[in-house]
Amino acid sequence: MQKKVAITGMGIISSIGLSVEENFQSLISKKSGISNLENIQTRHASEIKVGEIKITNQELQQLLNLHEENTFTRTGLLGAYAAKKAVESAGIDDINEVRTGLISSTSVAGMDFTEKHYKKYEEHPEYQKYIQSHDAGDSSNKIANYLDLKGFVTTISTACSSAANAIMLGASMIENGYLDRVIVGGTDALSKFTINGFKTLMILSDTYNTPFDNDRKGLNLGEAAAYLVLESNEVIKKSNKKVLAYVAGYGNANDAFHQTASSENGEGAYLAMKQAFEKASILPDQIDYINVHGTATPNNDLSEGRAMSRIFNKVPKFSSTKAFTGHTLAAAAAIEAVYSVLALQNNTIFPNLNFKTPMEELNIVPETEVVQTEINHVLSNSFGFGGNCSTLIFSKS
Amino acid sequence: MKNCYINGIGNVSIQSVDFDLFESEITEIQILNKAQQPSYKDLIAPAMSRRMAKGVKMGIYAANKALFNAKMVDPQAIIVGTGLGCIEDSEKFLDAIIENDEQFLTPTAFIQSTHNTVAAQIALHLHCKAYNFTYVNGANSFESALFDAFMQLKHFNKENILIGGVDEIAPYTFSMYEMIGKVKQSGEEVNFKNPQTKGIALAEGATFFALSNNKTNNSYAEVLDVMLFNAFKDDEATEINNFLAKNNLSVADLDVVFFGVNADAHQQEFYNRMNVVLNEIPQGYYQHISGSYDTASAFGLKVAAEIIQKQELPKAVQYNNIEPNKIEKVLMINQFNNTDFSFVLLSKC
Repeated sequence: MQKKVAITGMGIISSIGLSVEENFQSLISKKSGISNLENIQTRHASEIKVGEIKITNQELQQLLNLHEENTFTRTGLLGAYAAKKAVESAGIDDINEVRTGLISSTSVAGMDFTEKHYKKYEEHPEYQKYIQSHDAGDSSNKIANYLDLKGFVTTISTACSSAANAIMLGASMIENGYLDRVIVGGTDALSKFTINGFKTLMILSDTYNTPFDNDRKGLNLGEAAAYLVLESNEVIKKSNKKVLAYVAGYGNANDAFHQTASSENGEGAYLAMKQAFEKASILPDQIDYINVHGTATPNNDLSEGRAMSRIFNKVPKFSSTKAFTGHTLAAAAAIEAVYSVLALQNNTIFPNLNFKTPMEELNIVPETEVVQTEINHVLSNSFGFGGNCSTLIFSKS
Repeated sequence: MKNCYINGIGNVSIQSVDFDLFESEITEIQILNKAQQPSYKDLIAPAMSRRMAKGVKMGIYAANKALFNAKMVDPQAIIVGTGLGCIEDSEKFLDAIIENDEQFLTPTAFIQSTHNTVAAQIALHLHCKAYNFTYVNGANSFESALFDAFMQLKHFNKENILIGGVDEIAPYTFSMYEMIGKVKQSGEEVNFKNPQTKGIALAEGATFFALSNNKTNNSYAEVLDVMLFNAFKDDEATEINNFLAKNNLSVADLDVVFFGVNADAHQQEFYNRMNVVLNEIPQGYYQHISGSYDTASAFGLKVAAEIIQKQELPKAVQYNNIEPNKIEKVLMINQFNNTDFSFVLLSKC
């Protein structure tokens, strides 16, 4: 069994950029992607801010060269775009040359189309071709077909921790010899369904989200997709490929506290981080940067902060990048994995925007400026409804 | 290397609550088949039960039965496969958005519509802080969960794992399926052996398994291998032979093969091609008992595990006319609409 798994490619599309490079430039120039909502009709448009990608579905279809008759929903379009970029960046010509898999994740799936046509399918047979696109698995199959991939394909949906679990499963499969190469990540589009859902839970901010700030008012929803290419040591040896970074550790635990709220002491988060350290065989004080989940909801940041204070003697430098991108749900851990790799490659910590006042309950403060420092290990947290807590550790190549 | 045994099974299906494969009459399949709901009052407080999604209730019930059956108390992972999750609540929330023009909404339906609700509610119910995953990949959602558990038991420090497949029916989803011919039209015959019309006979249910690397007196069968894929790279015969060869077996070693036939004339073509490769092997089927839904193959695994334990292939599940003389190696083959393929290989233990 190999101990750590190489990352050889990355692709991303988010509200701060259509490529890895554009995302990096936005991060180091403090350029947030949070804006007013444009592409979705909702009566809440004026009360919320979102991390919206300002490209229409038609434009995405053109970028992907899709046939007019395609049945991609926005989730699938964003996913196919990012996955293709990841495969290209890994320098893969023949995708089926070695045993290659796709592990995608989504929570919205085809809901962005279903909600538009719901109850109108009978009068509008022309929309009926989208009925089968509702299923989460449909987006993954479409992405796989778009990449011409034939092999292991599955989809994970553990709410906002989904993509972390996709990366974890992919790494486990490479370590244990089930695959030679796997494309892992997640995709979620903005939808009226999630906007209204989070609204009823009263955790949407009416202004720019402020992670880890004492006066935080809630999250901004975002949309994004990102994928990593993971390859076995054997494949890398053969191809002499450049390794961007390694997946060195991971942990998954359940808070088992409440369906939508995190426990006060962050037990699930604590357990996930603890497992990740054990798996990576490193000590907490070796972590140089934490890309926190940091959704800017009162509950998440307090619970996560407490878990960090419990597991670290001295909490390392940390920041939430959600003030840049919004909370991109099932894609969040994938875009933050890309940011974690960028942090390692560039020895750079990205700023936690919009932070003013430290939280009363805790003695920790996020980094608010771009920081250049030696970074060897990055920890990334992702937590979801249903108590799903996941931690990934990325290490320098 | 450690093994993966099926030590306990729990189920809610469209058949009677105390359905026994070897004893009970099979309720004849219709185009729309709702699960027979057991009494939940011993497991779930009535006030909670009223608000709980059907999928959650079926899942908690089947999970508890599986654990009890295996005398397992401490699963180190809960892994669930579901095609659509609690789709009834997705519909409820969408209905409310449309009817009330996005006003006066309450969160319950939204919360339950999240795909991982069943796995999460089981974790809450069992106070289980362990590894918790939900797979949502159409017809091999359950096999994804089974594969993950298989890998966790073999390679990770886990001894006991709870897995399951669960899906529920929702009214508008059914009518959408009618529009596109995914389900049979009213009045059409549901024929599994010689289907003449396209479309499936939709159903719902939950089937859970307590898996362990410890063999017990109650062990039903051993899971030898699991493979899932979106498309065949080679022709079907080659892929099956390769899969079996990886396990030091050949087609001739198979005692029974289970097909996920679903009474859809279009999809039957795949099984016709499978039949060419496997026409000398005793064949079984199960969706005439469970009905068809994304995770019906979890019910299929229950049937296969039970016939291995009992060493008897009842007439009611025989698909061809070949009788097995022993039941040691069993292969399960499933797909939907020519994707979401899976092979599951089982052995007597």
